[in-house]
Amino acid sequence: MSEHEQFADDLAMYALDALRGADRARVDAHLATCAACRLELEQLRGDTALLALSAAGPRPPQRARQRLLDAVAREARVAGVAQTSTRASWWGWLGWAATAAVVVFALSLWRENTALQQSLASMSSRAGESSRELEELRRVAAPILDPEAQRVTLVSTKTAPQPQGKAFYLRSRSSLVFLANNMPALPPRKAYELWLIPVNGAPIPAGVFKPDAHGSASVVNPLLPAAVEAKAFAITLENETGATAPTMPILMMGAGE
Amino acid sequence: MTGLKSGDQGAMAQLYDRYSSIVYAVALRVLGDTGAAEDVLQEVFLQLWRKPSAFDAARGSLGSWLAVITRNRAIDFLRKRRPETDIDDLVLSVAPDLAGDAERARAAEKVRGVMGTMVPAQRSALEMAYWEGMSHSEIADKTGEPLGTVKTRIRSGLIALRKAFQG
Repeated sequence: MSEHEQFADDLAMYALDALRGADRARVDAHLATCAACRLELEQLRGDTALLALSAAGPRPPQRARQRLLDAVAREARVAGVAQTSTRASWWGWLGWAATAAVVVFALSLWRENTALQQSLASMSSRAGESSRELEELRRVAAPILDPEAQRVTLVSTKTAPQPQGKAFYLRSRSSLVFLANNMPALPPRKAYELWLIPVNGAPIPAGVFKPDAHGSASVVNPLLPAAVEAKAFAITLENETGATAPTMPILMMGAGE
Repeated sequence: MTGLKSGDQGAMAQLYDRYSSIVYAVALRVLGDTGAAEDVLQEVFLQLWRKPSAFDAARGSLGSWLAVITRNRAIDFLRKRRPETDIDDLVLSVAPDLAGDAERARAAEKVRGVMGTMVPAQRSALEMAYWEGMSHSEIADKTGEPLGTVKTRIRSGLIALRKAFQG
């Protein structure tokens, strides 16, 4: 039995979005290296679209159309305000999640662009275009990553600022951006360590960091194993060289939103 | 789609008018609840509005792509689980566009014909997997058949559909 035949039945289940966990990860790993199976998956997904045809029923109510168009108009208005405002308020509109998505995208594109530029050095016009895109993405990401950027956390006026961390993890790219603020100052020779808590297995070190004088810190794209499914992220206090297993207690922890 | 990429709300309305019936029909078939089906309808079209570049016209038809996304999202909703497939990663081969009512009706007739030729156990496994989002092991538990048999039945059922539309 060829390798493709071993995966053939699983590909059909994958196309139906019915594979989860380890089964899915195994097929993902094979798909990453096998163009023939990627093509077969595309065809199987096309086959599943045919099955959708046998669905018949009433048209959606008119209010659904209006609800969608209202939502689209609202989003268009927000985008319009963003384009005409200053950069600072533009970020304010976007919020944490969208901001981090841009950062993760910018960083991954930066990595890809770097490789692209090296391999296509002779194609100066394309490299120049990539450089301009890269520069634009860097400009967009700068307010988040530049240590000199002013950082303001808004909280309830009745609440003292609390330590807060936000982890943005793109499993498919093994990319992680972690941003923290209001972190307490560290004892000498100590550091905070971020941990990726996988669905299965032991916590994985995801970067050691020390906050700046304002209590802000970031970890950008630490070395992580490929495509690990994260159940949660946690922070512990460790020696500044970092640890391979977390030292209790866990100071901060959060699961997916 | 070009209008959508430039943020044209009118283009969104046109796409909705063309494809909302298939999207809603698929969501309603999976969920059996009009309110939940409307929510999925809304989510699918908003995803398209926010990220029109996720659809690559060179790799499939918009109607088929929306139908697959809708079915997957509806199953996630039904089984109260988080989506695992990003719409950017959802590439499918060229399939009927399903935009026109007449085209849809003809294709639906063909699908029903192929399903009718399948042995009941195969048709049933395919429907449980597709419309109820059951895993192969859940289907095997329910039917008492070996896992491998269930998986093979589902795959060969899908391929039988493909062949009917290729011929």
